Amino acid sequence: MESGKIAAVGSEPVGNDDIGLERRLELFRLQVEIRDCEKRAYDLFLQNLIKGTSHLSLGQEAVAAGFGVAMRKGDKSFCTYRGHAHTLARGASMEGMLGELMLRDIGLMRGKGGSMHLTSVEHDVLGSYAIIGAHLPIACGSAWRAQYLGEKDVSVCFFGDGATNIGAFHEALNFAAIWKLPVVFVCENNLYMEYTPISEVTAVKHPAADRAASYGLESIVIDGNDADEVYRTAYAALAKARDGGGPSIIECLTYRHSGHSRADPAKYRPPGELEEWLKRDPLIIYRQRLKEFGVADDAISAIESESKRKVEAATAACKAAPQAPVDLLTADVYADGGWAWRN
Amino acid sequence: MAELTYRDAVARGIAQEMERDDRVVFLGEDIGKAGGVFKATVGLYEKFGPLRVRDTPISEQAILGAAMGAAMTGLRPIAELMFADFLAVCFDYVANEMSKLRYMTNGQLSCPLVVRTGNGGGVRFGAQHSQSIENWTMMIPGVKVVAPSSPVDVIGLMAAAVRDPDPVIFHEHKALYATKGEVPDGEIVDVLGIAKILRPGSDCTIAALGLMAPRALEAAGVLAREHKIDAEVIDVRSLVPLDTQTILGSIAKTGRLFTVEENPRLCGWGAEIASIAADEAFWDLDGPIVRITTPHIPLPAADHLEDLALPSAARIVEKVCRVLNG
Repeated sequence: MESGKIAAVGSEPVGNDDIGLERRLELFRLQVEIRDCEKRAYDLFLQNLIKGTSHLSLGQEAVAAGFGVAMRKGDKSFCTYRGHAHTLARGASMEGMLGELMLRDIGLMRGKGGSMHLTSVEHDVLGSYAIIGAHLPIACGSAWRAQYLGEKDVSVCFFGDGATNIGAFHEALNFAAIWKLPVVFVCENNLYMEYTPISEVTAVKHPAADRAASYGLESIVIDGNDADEVYRTAYAALAKARDGGGPSIIECLTYRHSGHSRADPAKYRPPGELEEWLKRDPLIIYRQRLKEFGVADDAISAIESESKRKVEAATAACKAAPQAPVDLLTADVYADGGWAWRN
Repeated sequence: MAELTYRDAVARGIAQEMERDDRVVFLGEDIGKAGGVFKATVGLYEKFGPLRVRDTPISEQAILGAAMGAAMTGLRPIAELMFADFLAVCFDYVANEMSKLRYMTNGQLSCPLVVRTGNGGGVRFGAQHSQSIENWTMMIPGVKVVAPSSPVDVIGLMAAAVRDPDPVIFHEHKALYATKGEVPDGEIVDVLGIAKILRPGSDCTIAALGLMAPRALEAAGVLAREHKIDAEVIDVRSLVPLDTQTILGSIAKTGRLFTVEENPRLCGWGAEIASIAADEAFWDLDGPIVRITTPHIPLPAADHLEDLALPSAARIVEKVCRVLNG
């Protein structure tokens, strides 16, 4: 592969490695399960069973699913506070995810981290970071470790369009480029930094891709609502990184169907914008895609009903789960398992 | 046994750990080919090569972030922040990221790394390159904080910090780099969280850190010779974990406590020690606890003004005499 180039980005197959039915069904299953879980999270909020805050990925499922299927066991995910989807996409359980949002003992971190810090080392999800941009350098460090030890995993760092205007983003891109690190930066451009349109606060049209050239990287913008396109682009970038070809940055155009967080009704959006994007809902796109590839309606609805069953079971398990014992309050501040700072 | 400068002790301490463990890597600005702006890392690049001693751009967030990501996934990085003041441009990593990682993830992830940095004043660098910032890091749950005052402690505490499973902020003192001390041959490994009694005494306890430790020791000599005051000098060495037992034990013997702090007065490390002493050694104390600190001001560059600001041996002598002798 030519250095610095990702072959065959877009909707065309990559060489002989076409997506295939099995992967397509997996891409669909993940998108459906993420959608159902996120909707359930929203409902649980309204019932006051989820406290604090939460940042949903409704409408952005294709990015998480596309990368989740393209990544290998051992590849590392670094997520933001909008990380529920990416955590599920690497195989973490719904109980673990929803349980953490509900701050129960069954949660991935037994309630100690909460919605914004989902972590499942068992599934190579090395944290969700709630300080914008902080995890880009951290992903570089993980990639440096792989490079130094000769390990073949790739570190993948997901972030929003808003992160492209913070210093750590630029430090990390330069760092990754000069050290030719096996890291893939994935910008989910959902058009809004939080409440403010990203276009109003960014000097370039494409907040991630238009900065790529500054670091000697290829400018890549893809349809983030098409899981096939995400998968193929992810696959190519991961292969390039694994082969020593260095980092990539991929800007995925997408849209969140809900507000920035629990507190945001998203009234700042111009009339009709949401409706336009709902027509391009990744699940509608992918349901249609499966039909084009000859998948029967029964098979599609079987995946959908299985997802709903799993969400119901997970919800019931979480509701029944206790909160963690109070001795967790002072556990794991330091490596000895406790919090002692003096003798 | 050989005489070594504090500066050379830094390189020897790092080399000792890099020889022992291939997972120990070292990154920072101008640390490799240039040997560090304080020449404290001379020879490491030549000895361990560019893959283990990596020069970075001027990107403090990337330096600490990359060290953290490497530590989380199996390496044992040492990151250099050239001046401790620069901690302010990458404070997120210390305050929010590496310190919270183990706790937030319920112990799934850990962050065994060392951030070593040139701390402190006395070298006429002005307000942005002279601060004593050990108290900034002391207040954050989840990190450990050390500040060696002698070459042998640099090596021993560096080894302890590198081998520690938690993030350690390692404050070297810029004004001590040229100082010398006896260092034994062979491997030196110390323990975090143990204060050192530099001089036993019976009349008062003086707790000091970093550059203030040799100044307190010098003051104790003057106090003994000229004022018949027998001061016990404790080099606190480690703020987290904090060896309160050595300090409380000393107060039980002397009945008086002075702290000598280079940090500006408000919320300096000595305030915490004073608070502990007031809580737990109240009935051992024969008089008020006295903190000798830099005033609550930015540091000036002018030598005569900076010398007025930082606690000096003469100021320690004067204060202790006035408090004890009235």
